[in-house]
Amino acid sequence: MSWEAVIGIETHVELSTRSKMFCGCVVDFGAAPNTNVCPVCLGLPGALPVPNRKAIEGIIAIGLALNCEITERSVFHRKNYFYADLPKNYQISQYDVPVCHDGHLDVEVDGQTRRVGIERAHMEEDTGKSTHVGDGGRIDAASATLLDFNRSGVPLVEVVSRPDIRSAAEARVYAQELRAIVAELGVSDARLEEGSIRFDANVSIRPEGSEELGTKVEIKNMNSFRSLERAIEFEIARQIAAVEAGEELVQETRHWDEEAGETLSMRTKEGSSDYRYFADPDLVPLVVPADWVEEIRSTLPELPEQRRKRYAGLGLDPKSAEILSASSPVIRGLFDDALDAGAPAPAAFNWLTGEVTAWMRRTESEPSNLTGVRVAALIELVDTGVVSATAAKEVLEGVLAGEGEPRAVAEARDLVQVSDRGELAGAVEEVLAANSDAVERYRGGEEKVIGFLVGQVMRQTGGKADPKLVNELIRESLAGNG
Amino acid sequence: MSVPDTIAGAARALRDGSVTAVDLLESVLERAHLTEAQLHAYLNIDRDGARAAAEAADADLAAGNDRGPLHGIPIALKDNMCTRGLETTAASQILAGYVPPYDATVVTSLREAGAVIVGKTNLDEFAMGSSTENSAYGPSFNPWDITRVPGGSSGGSAAAVAAGSAFGALGSDTGGSIRQPASLTGTVGVKPTYGTVSRYGLIAFASSLDQIGPITRTVEDAALLLQAIWGHDPRDATSYPGPYPDPAASLGAGVDGLRIGVVTELAGEGYEPAVESAVADMVAKLQEEGATVVEVSLPSFEIALSAYYLIAPAEASSNLARFDGVRYGLRVDGETTEEMMARTRGQGFGPEVVRRVLLGTYALSAGYYDAFYGQAQRVRAAIRADVARVFGEVDVLVSPTSPTVAFSAGARVDDPLAMYLSDICTIPSNLSGDPAMSVPIGLDEQGLPIGFQVMAPSLGEETMFRVAAEVERLAGFDARPEIPVVAG
Repeated sequence: MSWEAVIGIETHVELSTRSKMFCGCVVDFGAAPNTNVCPVCLGLPGALPVPNRKAIEGIIAIGLALNCEITERSVFHRKNYFYADLPKNYQISQYDVPVCHDGHLDVEVDGQTRRVGIERAHMEEDTGKSTHVGDGGRIDAASATLLDFNRSGVPLVEVVSRPDIRSAAEARVYAQELRAIVAELGVSDARLEEGSIRFDANVSIRPEGSEELGTKVEIKNMNSFRSLERAIEFEIARQIAAVEAGEELVQETRHWDEEAGETLSMRTKEGSSDYRYFADPDLVPLVVPADWVEEIRSTLPELPEQRRKRYAGLGLDPKSAEILSASSPVIRGLFDDALDAGAPAPAAFNWLTGEVTAWMRRTESEPSNLTGVRVAALIELVDTGVVSATAAKEVLEGVLAGEGEPRAVAEARDLVQVSDRGELAGAVEEVLAANSDAVERYRGGEEKVIGFLVGQVMRQTGGKADPKLVNELIRESLAGNG
Repeated sequence: MSVPDTIAGAARALRDGSVTAVDLLESVLERAHLTEAQLHAYLNIDRDGARAAAEAADADLAAGNDRGPLHGIPIALKDNMCTRGLETTAASQILAGYVPPYDATVVTSLREAGAVIVGKTNLDEFAMGSSTENSAYGPSFNPWDITRVPGGSSGGSAAAVAAGSAFGALGSDTGGSIRQPASLTGTVGVKPTYGTVSRYGLIAFASSLDQIGPITRTVEDAALLLQAIWGHDPRDATSYPGPYPDPAASLGAGVDGLRIGVVTELAGEGYEPAVESAVADMVAKLQEEGATVVEVSLPSFEIALSAYYLIAPAEASSNLARFDGVRYGLRVDGETTEEMMARTRGQGFGPEVVRRVLLGTYALSAGYYDAFYGQAQRVRAAIRADVARVFGEVDVLVSPTSPTVAFSAGARVDDPLAMYLSDICTIPSNLSGDPAMSVPIGLDEQGLPIGFQVMAPSLGEETMFRVAAEVERLAGFDARPEIPVVAG
């Protein structure tokens, strides 16, 4: 039988607001444990939550970027469960009326665009952090648990996709795209390795062509896009193997073990899933008027997908458009400026994502002496044969080092090509005369010897000759003498 | 030296120089010294803090810095309001020794108004009860008869005011916990409109119902104390932004031309004849003074109690989850974190708290939510609609505050349902969010106080106080309890 995977992704995005979701404490993960805490985020008796407007703006921005409907009156609920790092022993979250619902995200896999539905995005608060000490940090063998509430109450947005994803690769692209959007919006640090964005996957399988959903397994603990893809691949294969072996799948949560490369069942307690949700009586419905939504919409930056489309429209191939889209804002700004100054897109792309990016990495500095106009000028020097492609790299170095306009740098560094036929003719004749055996071989039909001859002329001229012109002159000369 | 026994009187005496704030405090401490062994109104009297505050108030006043009518007045706080540096227990074993690092907003307001905080008064544990017998630190008793309860849950605050060991006190009212003890102790108790007094720093019982309010000897004093504590608080998301009514604006304006509704459902079986006749007499007097009296029916009041006993425990089950031994209060060790939490809660909570937490947990459980909590919310909506309809026809509603006068200590402790019925008249206002208050109108043949309840629509405090002041004038109630003083 042929199987189809059905995958949904739940994403937790930690917002990088200055203060926490329901109190004024500073959000700072580098601080000493339990220093950014107050009666509210410690759950002291009598303390009350008040929502953070900035966080609400953050979730609305995410919702709009994901093409969601924004709910005018959404409701905060309490999710009740006992856990030592959850100070109130309930989490303020949203249940049946989230801020954002019914959106979608288009992802491109193998040249095909797939639309993944977004069921909802809701606002909630993060928990504190438990550290189990003694006996290797395992909770069941630990001698003590240390609690740090600095993270308690940090605003979290949970984005829930519909089960529209059909492969591990699609899941990875979805996650990458979502991360790119959140990073672009500037509402979160969106760093996987630090946990400021976290992905959990719901995976099930069904016979190809079936419309029914199979038994769903939630997998957690994927700390990179690669592990997300691997974990889902493993899980799909595990489920198919199990079903084909006649086993019954159980609905459960499984943990991805990166080193072992497999998902492992997490022991879950019976009945622990009744969270007794009810509307939080300490909070009133969250009212988001339409004009607030429009105000936020008007400040949204260009999102990765829009940018890729724009770049493709400017003449970049899809792969280049993607690379540029993921580049730093400095590079993207220079690209746009260079095009404004008349540079062709592919050349501007090549210079900026190639040499300029490499220089930035090497020197760990910003290209503050480079402008779009200078990029365009550099490209024109090459295109018009004023400098060779090789020499142009040196010109760029000079420009980046603050030596001035490309033309001036080329002249000051003596990199302008000799493109005068008369000036080059002498050098060509000298080389041909000194390399008669090569000339003979060329005439005997060994075409590629011409490269050697061009090289010799270049050497003769100290690299300043226009190689194209030299090539042409040699061919003419040898043809004429024949 | 003769010291006035009302806030308004004391405020005048302070300003004409006949008493000092220290004198007022010493009179209150002397009363407490004489009566606490019999009443146990206080859990904790902060003598040093209060003396320092009284001295500061005198110095302030001498320097011409008059902070208003509460300046220098000794006030008691129910022990479910957080006081920085002063133990706050909610009368629970689970918070034994807990010292909050911050003041509740009402406490900050009182301090800014120059009030002198005498101490923390007794209550039913986490404000769950109607007799102050559910306190983990022992019951309080009624100053009018020390074999009887003072009502609850703000029984300590009411007893202290009735006994003269405070000029006024704050209580909290979730289902009648200010008004019912006020009724049983012959004091004035006000539950203001939901959202007008900040809940920040009030240890929550049922967040959608809890409201802080004053307990005083007179209606005027209640208005003064209310004005000192209410107002918008950005720390409470349910706080009302304003504008606020002026509860003192129409004191003395009489009831001529007002329409008063007598609630049909709050009478009959279970109501003591002395209570019913006293209320009927007062209604007749109000009519003589020019009020239009009409009988009104609010059928939803019949099921208010049932709805209340689902909503309040449901919220409580979640509000009390934070008491787990992890961060503060009692901790009873266990092999695992879960066991530590379970043991702490098992030992830390008294039987009534456990009963309500279990009830509430059950009401919110998957599969039961809609039948219990969901249904209770629908009843609450029906009550709101019912009350809104009736307030289109009348200005205020009146009824007994409590179906009975103070009952004997121990009489209802083993019968939770009988205890719950103590709040039958007061619960509807909590469910609707509207203001209501109790005013003493006389004593029954045993010498026990009877309370008269005035209910108004939300933000209708001006009219409510206007009617209450007239009730107070017509009743001419000025009796004070005689508390047997134990020698030594």
